[in-house]
Amino acid sequence: MKTVDITAVLTGAQLMVSMVETRRSARNGDGLNGNAPAPQELEKIEQQLGNLEALGGQSAEVRKEIYDLRERIIMLRKEISHREAWIKTELARHPQRPYFLDYVEKLFTDFSEIHGDRHYADDPAMVCGMARFHGEEVLVLGTQKGRDMKQKVHRNFGLPNPEGYRKALRAMHIAQKFSRPIFTFVDVTGANPGLGAEERGQAEAIALNLREMARLQVSIITTITGEGGSGGALAIAVSDRVLMMENAVYSVISPEGCASIMWRDATKKELAAEALRITAPDLMELGCIDAIVPEPPGGAHTDPDMAAKLVDEALQRHFSELKKMPAKELVASRYDKFRKMAQYFTEK
Amino acid sequence: MAWFKRQSGELDASGEKKIRTEGLWVKCEGCRQIIWKKDLEENLNVCPKCGKHFRIDARTRLANLFDNGEYETFSDNLASTDPLKFVDLKPYSERLKRAQEETGLTDAVINGRGTLNGRPIVISAMEYSFIGGSMGSVVGEVITRAVEDALASKRPLIIISASGGARMMEGVLSLMQLAKISAALAKLDEARVPYVSVLTDPTTGGVTASFAMLGDLNIAEPGALIGFAGPRVIEQTIRQKLPPGFQRSEFLLEHGMLDAVVHRKEMKGYISRALDFMMPAAS
Ligand SMILES: [Zn+2]
Repeated sequence: MKTVDITAVLTGAQLMVSMVETRRSARNGDGLNGNAPAPQELEKIEQQLGNLEALGGQSAEVRKEIYDLRERIIMLRKEISHREAWIKTELARHPQRPYFLDYVEKLFTDFSEIHGDRHYADDPAMVCGMARFHGEEVLVLGTQKGRDMKQKVHRNFGLPNPEGYRKALRAMHIAQKFSRPIFTFVDVTGANPGLGAEERGQAEAIALNLREMARLQVSIITTITGEGGSGGALAIAVSDRVLMMENAVYSVISPEGCASIMWRDATKKELAAEALRITAPDLMELGCIDAIVPEPPGGAHTDPDMAAKLVDEALQRHFSELKKMPAKELVASRYDKFRKMAQYFTEK
Repeated sequence: MAWFKRQSGELDASGEKKIRTEGLWVKCEGCRQIIWKKDLEENLNVCPKCGKHFRIDARTRLANLFDNGEYETFSDNLASTDPLKFVDLKPYSERLKRAQEETGLTDAVINGRGTLNGRPIVISAMEYSFIGGSMGSVVGEVITRAVEDALASKRPLIIISASGGARMMEGVLSLMQLAKISAALAKLDEARVPYVSVLTDPTTGGVTASFAMLGDLNIAEPGALIGFAGPRVIEQTIRQKLPPGFQRSEFLLEHGMLDAVVHRKEMKGYISRALDFMMPAAS
């Protein structure tokens, strides 16, 4: 069964771990306030090093000291960047972070929900609806986490079932039929570790969304607002523009899941977070997203109105660019973008 | 941890579905009986007593399907550049090097062109023994090129999956391969070039959630583990034992997720028959 287990961890372990994690941080409020002394120490040492180097004509002793200081600087920088990826992970999961429906309320008007996948059920973890964006008819959809325990359970912690992805695709097809642009919002931890999700084919549901979104004849703008968790996120993010909020994360696996497989120790999550390159600047550098949306200082939860305003500005800018493109051109350039994405190989 | 245990030269930690390369006999994990290795090999590595399908490598799969076992490989020179410079307990670059030495491949997939019962065809077969058949930038690109080759030549495409999913050591770049391949398959679909997906043990994670489930027909070998989330995680989450056979081929068939479960012996015939249905007669 060992082989089976690997896959298990790879595709889903992150879920539970991070659900527990979220609850723990919610209770203790830790992580965000635990300010590392590393940045201050780094500043001090860099100054020290500068002073030493300025002396010139150093003795062996001074050279040794310079060497030691440089080593320490490298270590501190590493420590700070570990923390940066991890701090962002915690910010992305912050219990007060604005969720999809908060953005619907602040950015759109006349929202009318579209329910159900027409086959099995309505999935409350995925919300779709008709809405107006600055007066224009659009389809808006996204994953929805719950705020209190009752809502969390109702929304299944924001983890869609296959019906959720199928509902999203059904709604997108309606939008296509009537030439309405699509706005999607992603905040999902990852795979759904439920019996039903497997029985009803979540893999097939996700796969189909990827293929169909690639050829939708209307514009699609995705905003990763919190957690961009693997296939569940991508299933609504094969888009003309993928925007990522400053403190959002986007990853193939959660740091905890990765740590428990690769380090065989889930507590190495900070190391894993750094190694996976999951922050918005990382994704930008790797060419996997199109823009970063700034957040209010301290994160979106400190000023949800300001956060929404910043998202609104970004959406308007990208939307007006996409409006100039005919459908054919949209689809072709979307294809091109994903075709050329993530090509990191040599041809010997 | 099976992938890495294998690299240290031991048998797969599970002990199951692995063929001992030494010795004249093997013990079948399906029926616990001792089988002559020669009998097993002559039976396409399917247990002659209980029908358990042993795992086989990508080259064997290609040889089983192409006429006379003959094919021409393409896109076989791509190698990962370790874009994240990923280091966990061991550098990814070392894992890659080791897997390359052990398999003689540059990554976890082989593209082949040849004929199947006389019909020109493209087959892309994944190699599970290369870092768990995981999909990073190279696997994503090589499979996409197989799709493009099929599209350009109008030859039908077969992809044989055997994979633990996306390759963690390439992070989100691995995830993007799902979108890339699926988008290419949309073009193949529009061009009405047949695509048959063959799922083998195991096919999980991001591979299942993309091309493996996007065939005109999705067919599987008997007893293969197929899923998105893994069984242990599900078991831990729901805190109850999973029903017997959960996420095995027959379970998926029963739940309407597969078109057919096909014995290895009948695989070539089934595919050939499907292509007769999908295409004009072979000339
Ligand atoms: Zn047997």
